[in-house]
Amino acid sequence: MGVEGIGARVARKEDKRFLTGKGRYTDDMVVPGMKHAVFVRSPHAHAKIRSVDTAAAEAMPGVIAVLNGKQMLDDGIGNLICGWMIHSKDGSPMKMGAWRPLAHETVRYVGDAVALVVADSVAEARDAAEAVMVDYELLPAVTDAVKALEAGQPQLHPEAPSNLIFDWQIGDPDAADAAIASAAHVTEMKIVNNRLAPNAMEPRAALGIYDSAEDHFTCYTTSQNPHVARLVMSAFYNVAPENKLRVIAPDVGGGFGSKIFIYPEEVTCLWASKRTGVPVKWTCDRTEAFLTDAHGRDHVSTVKMAFDADHRIIGLKVDTVANFGAYMSLFSSSVPTYLYATLLSGQYAIPAIHANVRAVYTNTAPVDAYRGAGRPEATYLLERTVETAARELGISPAELRRRNFIRSFPHQTPVIMNYDAGDYEASLEAAMAAADWNGFAARKAEAAARGMKRGIGMSCYIEACGLAPSAAVGSLGAGVGLWESAEVRVNAVGTIEVLTGSHSHGQGHETTFAQLVSERFGVPIDNVSIVHGDTDKVQMGMGTYGSRSGAVGMSAVVKALDKVEAKAKKIAAHLMEADESDIVLENGELKVAGTDKSVPWFQMALAAYTAHNLPPGMEPGLKEGAFYDPTNFTFPAGCYICEVEVDPETGKTKIVQFVAADDFGNIINPMIVEGQVHGGLAQGIGQAMLEGVHYDPSTGQLLTASYMDYTMPRADDLPSFNISHQNTPCPGNPLGIKGCGEAGAIGSPPALINAITDAIGNNDLSMPATPGRVWAAANAAH
Amino acid sequence: MTKISMTVNGRKVSGECEDRTLLVNFIRDNLCLTGTHVGCDTSQCGACVVHMDGKSIKSCSILAAQAAGSEILTIEGLAAGGELHPVQAAFKTHHGLQCGFCTPGMVMAAVDMINRHGADLDEKTVRENLEGNICRCTGYHNIVKAILAAAEEMGASRQAAE
Repeated sequence: MGVEGIGARVARKEDKRFLTGKGRYTDDMVVPGMKHAVFVRSPHAHAKIRSVDTAAAEAMPGVIAVLNGKQMLDDGIGNLICGWMIHSKDGSPMKMGAWRPLAHETVRYVGDAVALVVADSVAEARDAAEAVMVDYELLPAVTDAVKALEAGQPQLHPEAPSNLIFDWQIGDPDAADAAIASAAHVTEMKIVNNRLAPNAMEPRAALGIYDSAEDHFTCYTTSQNPHVARLVMSAFYNVAPENKLRVIAPDVGGGFGSKIFIYPEEVTCLWASKRTGVPVKWTCDRTEAFLTDAHGRDHVSTVKMAFDADHRIIGLKVDTVANFGAYMSLFSSSVPTYLYATLLSGQYAIPAIHANVRAVYTNTAPVDAYRGAGRPEATYLLERTVETAARELGISPAELRRRNFIRSFPHQTPVIMNYDAGDYEASLEAAMAAADWNGFAARKAEAAARGMKRGIGMSCYIEACGLAPSAAVGSLGAGVGLWESAEVRVNAVGTIEVLTGSHSHGQGHETTFAQLVSERFGVPIDNVSIVHGDTDKVQMGMGTYGSRSGAVGMSAVVKALDKVEAKAKKIAAHLMEADESDIVLENGELKVAGTDKSVPWFQMALAAYTAHNLPPGMEPGLKEGAFYDPTNFTFPAGCYICEVEVDPETGKTKIVQFVAADDFGNIINPMIVEGQVHGGLAQGIGQAMLEGVHYDPSTGQLLTASYMDYTMPRADDLPSFNISHQNTPCPGNPLGIKGCGEAGAIGSPPALINAITDAIGNNDLSMPATPGRVWAAANAAH
Repeated sequence: MTKISMTVNGRKVSGECEDRTLLVNFIRDNLCLTGTHVGCDTSQCGACVVHMDGKSIKSCSILAAQAAGSEILTIEGLAAGGELHPVQAAFKTHHGLQCGFCTPGMVMAAVDMINRHGADLDEKTVRENLEGNICRCTGYHNIVKAILAAAEEMGASRQAAE
């Protein structure tokens, strides 16, 4: 490891611009002639649109145009789609209802876009939006997914009778049933995974710029994957052919999954720019974000976990109802299926698993991937069930987990996944030592003397990252491949540009990707620039989600670096009249091994571009590209322990300590990895204790549409975290990286709930464990 | 439209805006100082924190007209002579930022917090004083560390100067 290479705690290169106010986010963009857009949104959860009267709005000061969904349809803009095909267990394809970017017939959730006002200023556009008269014929609404499946409930889409999108299964139902029938003990639970709003601090935004001379569009947008946005908007939404559409995702202020998807707003801004002849910018306000950003989670499940007399898990049966909201968002169908049920084996050797998942339309915002996406739901279900089983069986939660850990690799689960490497015991031991597990009884007694209820809980999670071999995900229904691309350009003076299809929206790629190059070529990271987020600069790439930038994105960079190194060695060998196989790259020099002959890196690069003296037949220049397609998912895993103190008078929970022990494989920059864990833990703790999206069940009105009503984790809700790593390198990629972006959000909710239920002596507690709920559960226990 | 003048980052500026224009919009749209951000509609998130006459305020919760004649310091004006302010430097050293969107408000709030409390800041006080600033990326762990480190450093240099 060099001072700036792999494993070094390098301060981030990108920080200076963010710290000095020079970050450039989509809403910061200003182009000549630019106008501002505000959407007219449905105030009703379900209604027919009788008419849209824009006359009054069009007469308002500063208004350029008021556009509606019929015009958009006439202009041939296509329906929004879900790009992952799921087949029900009867073989029928998922039943996708039409989603128009601007509704012209029916609105299906509060916030559904109906019209767009373009005006000189945001304030004028907002005033005019209030003057657009939409005549609605109200329809009954349903917000609860289980209820939406019942007879006689409101029907959202004619394509999906009973609001059922698919009824899918995985695993062997007969084997799971047989295991349960023969079990010495069965633990049964109902598990609710609460709906969350992602809440990246930068609200979504889009700037559509149409150039009539070139018939060309440019879209600045808050995207985690600008190339996928371009592909989808070209191929499916009919905005423009790919070569006539440039998508730029500049600095993006957090994503957490919510900025993967292509929303109505960017499509509408692009279309509106052509229609009005002016650049059109829209920036979401926070209430709009609560209404329209794709939400996360919202599962209701029942689970049966079967044990033999030796406390080994012999079977697992899960039935889940997943709320999809009013429309199928871009990757919604993959979340409660292949990102969820394939992880139901957890860290345990379970011979028989069966899961059934029903996906349901309701009159709520669309639901899609949010940090962890399916894996937090699987982990919460499993780890609450295992903990509950330990209490029922009267053995320690650590011992029950140890008894069931997978200990040899590779391990094929009954639900598709093939775990490649791990050491679950190591993380368990490390976490228990860090938390002083054995000292808990004394701490509990001390707290009791003060009238406080102290509890401790653990969670052992596994996740699947890297998303994933393209052929594998293709066979499971994905509409895209999930490889990544990279290009490495060595300039004539030896400085280096890396162009990557990964996108950084807080992850620090400008630093970690440069560290990788520094490690390989011995050049300072200041001589390496990372370029991302612009479809005109970077070749097709798949973007950042699923903790994939390290495992997949950097692997593509490694492949390109391999090619650059090979050519660099050929040039150096030629310059020094040595054999290519004798050339080694050390400290920024190409040396002939065992001699004092060397060529500095920059001199080799210059030689590549002057081309005065290259090996016969060699092309000038030094630039290589690569595409990397993973061979497997990666499997980060770990053990989290939470200790809490509950005030029985108020129900207020204080987190006394939170310990995270993770296996992320090899690590490029420990400081950045720790930051990812901190942030993930905060989101998981937020889910478990504070956050929850609530709709009024009778009207479908969103009750948590601002930071006054939706509790975001604040600094004084959280402790400082105690984290460590027990890494086993990933055998599946050249850097041995597993990924770390989602682990904290996946592993933490069950640890916290297990701790609170331990403290209060009542297992009947749902997330978020607010003081009111905890107080009620604590008092119900006595 | 009203003409408003104030001093921003040491420079006298003026601009025309509607009476209803918020200070944050005046800063972003009239002055093109886009480091000050808008993250919510209800004065909760703190992405818009600037200093007015030496004290931190949420620039989304006052009108531009109310700030007329005042001294405003935004994130762009904090690094004197191109050298990072000790709080900015501490955020970098301790990895107190990820996506950077809440960062300008965090830094401005932290500078004010250290001005008020001096080097006596402890973790509990820092966490309580960050009530009005929301970060979704960092879990606050490294923000708290950075503010404590900066407070210590600024306290030490203040002591040395005395």
